[in-house]
Amino acid sequence: MTDRERGPVSRRALLAGGALSVGGAIAVGAAAVRTGGDHAAPTPAPAAAGGQTIAFHGAHQAGVETPAQAHASFVALDLAAVADRAALRRMMLVLTDDAARLTQGVAPLADGQPELARMPARLTVTFGFGPRLFDVAGLTAQRPSSLQQLPAFGIDKLQQGWSGGDVLLQICADDPVTVAHAQRMLVKDSRSFATVRWVQRGFRNARGTQDDGVTQRNVLGQLDGTRNPAPGSDVFASAVWTDSGPAWLHGGTTVVIRRIHAELEKWDAADTVGKEFAVGRRLSDGAPLTGRLELDEPDFNAKNELGFPVISEFSHVSRAQVGSDRLRIFRRPYNYDEPPGADGTADSGLVFASYQRDIGEQFIPIQRKLDDADLMNEWITPIGSAVFAVPPGCEPGGWIGQSLLG
Amino acid sequence: MSLRKRGLLAATVLVLALTGCGSEKSPGAEAAPAATSASPQQALVVKDPWVKTAKSGMSAAYGTVMNTTGKDIVLVSASSSVSPMMELHETTTVDGKMAMRPKDGGFVIPANGSHEFKPGGDHFMLMDVKTEVKTGDQVTFTLTTKDGGTFQFTALGKDFAAGNESYMPGMGGSPSASGMSMG
Repeated sequence: MTDRERGPVSRRALLAGGALSVGGAIAVGAAAVRTGGDHAAPTPAPAAAGGQTIAFHGAHQAGVETPAQAHASFVALDLAAVADRAALRRMMLVLTDDAARLTQGVAPLADGQPELARMPARLTVTFGFGPRLFDVAGLTAQRPSSLQQLPAFGIDKLQQGWSGGDVLLQICADDPVTVAHAQRMLVKDSRSFATVRWVQRGFRNARGTQDDGVTQRNVLGQLDGTRNPAPGSDVFASAVWTDSGPAWLHGGTTVVIRRIHAELEKWDAADTVGKEFAVGRRLSDGAPLTGRLELDEPDFNAKNELGFPVISEFSHVSRAQVGSDRLRIFRRPYNYDEPPGADGTADSGLVFASYQRDIGEQFIPIQRKLDDADLMNEWITPIGSAVFAVPPGCEPGGWIGQSLLG
Repeated sequence: MSLRKRGLLAATVLVLALTGCGSEKSPGAEAAPAATSASPQQALVVKDPWVKTAKSGMSAAYGTVMNTTGKDIVLVSASSSVSPMMELHETTTVDGKMAMRPKDGGFVIPANGSHEFKPGGDHFMLMDVKTEVKTGDQVTFTLTTKDGGTFQFTALGKDFAAGNESYMPGMGGSPSASGMSMG
């Protein structure tokens, strides 16, 4: 998905009907027809990064294949007792309209702070449906069979306050004020239908501090995401976009969101050699212990002078490998860093977001292998877990979730 | 007169569009291409229409009405099945306080121009909501022009905290509404 520059839309096109749809063409009307209201001084054009937009409409929702923005807020909602299928329809209609406008730098209808919408900064809003939504909507037969809360893993210390949820709002942008405003607007418009269950804020490197596309480091100092399927590739498409199960989800995906606490106190106590042995990669450049460059294929057969594998079979890279491209997952993690305890103990980690066409076929087998024997388990503790189906995208005039709730 | 068109949204979501303009005889209409059954007259178009949610009582609808013709069009009344009683209001200052009242003579939508109806400004006032306007509802409104033409637009129900200026009844306006809030 690339940044989009919107071309001019002629008044003829505007008036031809259908052009006054959600989002895209909204801003055009004011330019095409002189307004009768007061004229404020023109707003200066946003700086380069702030003005960039990601298309909202399309076959897939944005915010998955989109190169990860610098800031994210993941908001999980619990549907209220009053919510039924008709109410969900109204909710998704309103939230889709908000998102379509916000992502294009246009204030949503009834925005209390419309001025804050002018800097989209590659804002994406991605919606997900949790397992219980299908019960609420009376559509249990449409729930993908593996869309259920993950089985308990040995390393988990899950907290309910970071787990579960009926609806996901994934809000990502390169500017934190943009994220805050979008979250305010979307949460406000969700109130008639739902309550807030949890919010997880995350961050990555600021936009522009390093080249786009460079693998970023997590709070443990590791390059995180080296083995990801490349966005835009066939491998990505075959691993991420759902193409089986209930038809309404085809072109969508699923997301697993795990809050993974980094045991930084213990991690700090390990030496670099020990850390690299646990991961199977060098910390300095992310290259596998058997290779020279980050993108070199790990050689799991290579032995050291003592005859032991260079990359331990219990290392993270070894445990996480899968047999085919179609079984890969796409990771789009953010860091979190809450205030440390009074004694200075860190409260940092990952808001780990994994996208895959099917949780049961892809995510769970990998997580089982990691849970069994990943050396990294000593330094990470999952404390939150949630799963959502991510509906396909929509075209102008449509709304997210229409293929399920419409 | 339909209001919440539930299933529908596919093509019409917020596409307010003009429907049912059969009796439209607005100035400039003759300049438009001969209307066929498939291409409704679009002398007036409402951009970004929305209506403040309300269980009952008063509320308001907003949007920018655009006149695509070469002649002024005057809006004189509005109606909706959710609130059969509606008024076209302007917000003004009375005795140093913001207040709203019916607009004398209606609103002129200038030729090839537009007029914005917005919170704290001019608005379509729902005087007595009979059918709850919920978040995400699509509510149809009908506007009538001075020459008797009508056109419809569909507004999205949205929660909104503002838009509560005290009501100022006009001469011969609605009785017993003085001092009421729209909230």
